[in-house]
Amino acid sequence: MNLARLGAGFSSPVLDSQRTFRGALEALSRPGRVVTAGGPAEVPRNVAESACALALALLDQDTTLWLSPLLAPVGGYLRFHTGCRLVSQEAEADFALLDSAELPSLDLFRCGSDEYPDRSATVIVQVPTLEAGSGLRLSGPGIRGSVRVAIGGLHEAFFLYWGRNRALFPRGIDVFFACGPLLCGLPRTTRIEV
Amino acid sequence: MLEAWAARQAQAPFTWLRPPESGLVMVRARAGGTGAKFNLGEMTVTRCALRLNDGVIGVAYVAGRSHRKAELAALVDASAQMPGMGERIERELLEPLRVRLEAEAARMQRKAQATRVDFFTLAREAGA
Amino acid sequence: MYVAVKGGERAIQNSYELIAEARRGDPAHAELTLDQIKQQMRLAVDRVMTEGSVYDADLAALALKQAAGDIAEAVFLLRAFRATLPRFGYTEPLDTSRMRLWRRVSATFKDLPGGQILGPTYDYTQRLLDFSLSEPASSAVAAESGDGKAEPVPGVLSLIEQEGLIEPQEPAAGDPDPTDLTREPLRFPAARPVRLQNLARGDEGFLLAMGYSTQRGYSHTHPFAGEIRFGVLEVEIVPEELGFAVPIGEIALTECQMVNQFAGSAIEPPKFTRGYGLAFGHCERKAMAMALVDRALRAGELGESAEAPAQKQEFVLSHSDSLEASGFVQHLKLPHYVDFQSELELVRKMRARR
Repeated sequence: MNLARLGAGFSSPVLDSQRTFRGALEALSRPGRVVTAGGPAEVPRNVAESACALALALLDQDTTLWLSPLLAPVGGYLRFHTGCRLVSQEAEADFALLDSAELPSLDLFRCGSDEYPDRSATVIVQVPTLEAGSGLRLSGPGIRGSVRVAIGGLHEAFFLYWGRNRALFPRGIDVFFACGPLLCGLPRTTRIEV
Repeated sequence: MLEAWAARQAQAPFTWLRPPESGLVMVRARAGGTGAKFNLGEMTVTRCALRLNDGVIGVAYVAGRSHRKAELAALVDASAQMPGMGERIERELLEPLRVRLEAEAARMQRKAQATRVDFFTLAREAGA
Repeated sequence: MYVAVKGGERAIQNSYELIAEARRGDPAHAELTLDQIKQQMRLAVDRVMTEGSVYDADLAALALKQAAGDIAEAVFLLRAFRATLPRFGYTEPLDTSRMRLWRRVSATFKDLPGGQILGPTYDYTQRLLDFSLSEPASSAVAAESGDGKAEPVPGVLSLIEQEGLIEPQEPAAGDPDPTDLTREPLRFPAARPVRLQNLARGDEGFLLAMGYSTQRGYSHTHPFAGEIRFGVLEVEIVPEELGFAVPIGEIALTECQMVNQFAGSAIEPPKFTRGYGLAFGHCERKAMAMALVDRALRAGELGESAEAPAQKQEFVLSHSDSLEASGFVQHLKLPHYVDFQSELELVRKMRARR
């Protein structure tokens, strides 16, 4: 690990983590709502500020992280600041950080068991654009009626996967979309209409 | 002693890579002293990492919960990597620190040595 | 079964104030400082660190002050605080042969390399109350001798180990990392590293009684105190970002190597076996008791029958923790009103039927 190339993490680890966690809570409980998550002092290259903040807030030495190839260089940074364990197999990951340009087969991530649906992966996908008000129509728990959000970089395969993921309930993965400082939650209960 | 040294230095501007944070490390030992590893118990430790404005990194891991001590240790670590500074720090700080710690250790050692005994076995040796 | 009860906030608040007042005692007398506790109650501090399983004398002293000297309560406070701290990793395994010794005795060898050093011990005191201590006196200064040079002193048992008369202590192939009881629950059968972690933070009183039972015949382990050492040792960690070992500070430790007879088996000649005790600070009774119980718990792996309580791991390891034991005993103070009312009802009915 080359320390000289590592950027700084949260400038106030406790307060910044709490603030980010609060934002993540808001994003998951109000799917489709676009929230702001402030980033660390120095964000590594190729990573969305909000994705980086989320990883710093959620990871610790008891969690595992899978990175998509484009984001692999961030591994050292996140390991230094959180102590998380990096894994090469999707199935071993508690958390995953990936870029929409290289979406893997999401079926490979852990979706928990009926007894322990919480033992599923939380997947952070960084996307090129994220904007509330138009685009996909989301509905389900936490949404009054329906809400629209435009999420860039998603392809047919993702929507097919999401249909399978919803059918697994109570099992299934939860997703965060990240773009710049913005964050939007997609819990396993949310229905997407393209 | 660290404080006194720091007070004599020009305040080097730096940014925190990782601000001081207190936590635990699990102390490991070995069964029977040399056998299988086991976890004895934890100890508190404070760590931090900083970057001087010219890019040099200083890292510290210090037993206990003093943030200030960790900060100073990381500053010393970073300063020692600056050209020409290593020797000065060795001479002005590390060597005197070592001398003080060794003097204290030697004092304890002498007190322990004063309680050194030679036991004599009586009956058995005489009667054997 | 417990029931939720409401109310009592005022009374509870007032009880906080009352315990604070009782802790402080008569304000006409000076308040204890943490330094005073650390310096003058060091053995209590060491015990709280050992059973609280956190080496930090300041925290242990604070816990003792807050608990008004109640060791079990102080252990509880320290364990509760540790749960708020992040874990940075594991240290390199300690090499106790490199301890700087303040005390080192052997009951098995009279003459040994490095000598017998009594150190600060109550062993040879007359146990007469010293009334001169009832008034503050000037500081005590101990005698010094020698040049103060400290050489690493190898363990006594290496003497008979070279002859093959005692079982060697070597790591298993690959030197595997032990299961960590602060991360994973206790499962049976527990391997020796797990048992040692459990015993290391176990209640001294419980281990003392268990160890004592082995001496009185509840298991046939016939122990000798091969070596007891107390001293300080540097602790090292290897931070991943650095990739090399960093000394983070020194800790004081007490180590006990018990030597026990082993009659041998069909495939092994008679030889000595060992029990091991290690504790933070100066906790000699604890380290000795731990070593006795460690040896007793090895009955299974040494092919001995495990009949005595101290040889049964489920019994020993499930009841050794002062936090769990004190919590479960004291939970009986919680409201059991509904439970008890139903039993009362039952007893009344049974009597009415007679």
